[in-house]
Amino acid sequence: MAMKQTPSQTVGPYFAYGLTAQQYHYPHSQYAGGCLVSERTKGERIRIVGRVLDGNGDAVDDAMIEIWQANAAGRFDHPNDAREARPLDPAFKGFGRFGTGTMPDNSFRFETIKPGAIRDGVAPFISVTVFGRGMMNHAYTRLYFSDEGDANASDPVLERVPADRRDTLIATRNETATGVEYRFDIRMQGDGETVFFDF
Amino acid sequence: MSQNTPRDWASHPRYISPDYKSSRLRGVSRNLVEIDPELAELTGPAFGEEVVGPLDYDLTRNGRVNGEPLGERIIVTGRVLGENGDPVPNTLVEVWQANAAGRYVHIRDQHDAPLDPNFLGAGRCVTDDNGEYRFITIKPGAYPWGNHPNAWRPNHIHFSLYGPTIATRLVTQMYFPGDPLLELDPIYQSVPAESRERLVSRFSIDVTEESYALGYVFDIVLRGVNATPVEA
Ligand SMILES: [Fe+2]
Repeated sequence: MAMKQTPSQTVGPYFAYGLTAQQYHYPHSQYAGGCLVSERTKGERIRIVGRVLDGNGDAVDDAMIEIWQANAAGRFDHPNDAREARPLDPAFKGFGRFGTGTMPDNSFRFETIKPGAIRDGVAPFISVTVFGRGMMNHAYTRLYFSDEGDANASDPVLERVPADRRDTLIATRNETATGVEYRFDIRMQGDGETVFFDF
Repeated sequence: MSQNTPRDWASHPRYISPDYKSSRLRGVSRNLVEIDPELAELTGPAFGEEVVGPLDYDLTRNGRVNGEPLGERIIVTGRVLGENGDPVPNTLVEVWQANAAGRYVHIRDQHDAPLDPNFLGAGRCVTDDNGEYRFITIKPGAYPWGNHPNAWRPNHIHFSLYGPTIATRLVTQMYFPGDPLLELDPIYQSVPAESRERLVSRFSIDVTEESYALGYVFDIVLRGVNATPVEA
């Protein structure tokens, strides 16, 4: 029996105490946040920092970002990825969630690891989903890494993206006093609008 | 071959729905780039019972400080299904809502209506083997917002669901039957006309519990997934 999809609606301005309660200091539990790693997690520690910018270039302070990624071996912690040759990491689930309403610059930030490439011939990446007040549907994008120039140049998904828009998907690597940081701003509209995917 | 059914754009609102003012500067404006789903899109976070507390399904109890929350107690239940009609078991359902007076606990909500010290308005549960979920809560009040003069949101409960992969992710809002504000609400009206009613729950005397609470049914249909595990 074919059924029709339930329509999407915006998360609205008040998602914080339901979806990101501890980050915003509401008295409700939260099972995923900005830190995806523990001391035992395998892989290179990285921090991802960015903002969600609206059509005026202003940082949105009521958006929510979710990330989903493979572990350092390129394996997803999910039954559909049963590739035994790539070990699971019991200390890494690969999912994070962060609202843009708590940092002074309205940024999102994730403490995670750099994922391994999920197969030969593709560049490593992180799946990013954007929600927000004013967004009737969530939007899917991907974060690629600026220090993976060769792999990015031949990545089949990046090849689907018009050449002049590819750099909207590349996070810039910076070595900071507090570790490796990748900068990834998400532009919802206008010049440099981030590439969003449908799949 | 593994695949997801496509996002059915005839069922969803446009990213930019001009009557909903804040979508004008925040909605995606350029065409989406189509890609073939691979493992990243055929997997996703799999949260189950381990993240649900014993009172998380009962919003009339999970925020109590010194008594019962005020308002009309209701039961909200339904099934989570894929487009093929199969139940989606063991998937997390999260809700958040205003209290009976139309006020959110969120610090940004400055509506001049009382907070209820015994009501938080957030809950979660996991679907069972039949894809069923069930919440006990208080019927949320309507509230004003700044979209246009004399703008009021209809009574609604916000829902967030994962389903089996990141492609099946859905955030939506559940409405109540017979609400006169629905036809005036640009967020509800942004949905194509033939799909809107899927967001309206139905009253059910069978779900209603005698001398306790009215019952509403809200079934949720996610994108379908036909994935075979990748072995190598
Ligand atoms: Fe709301």
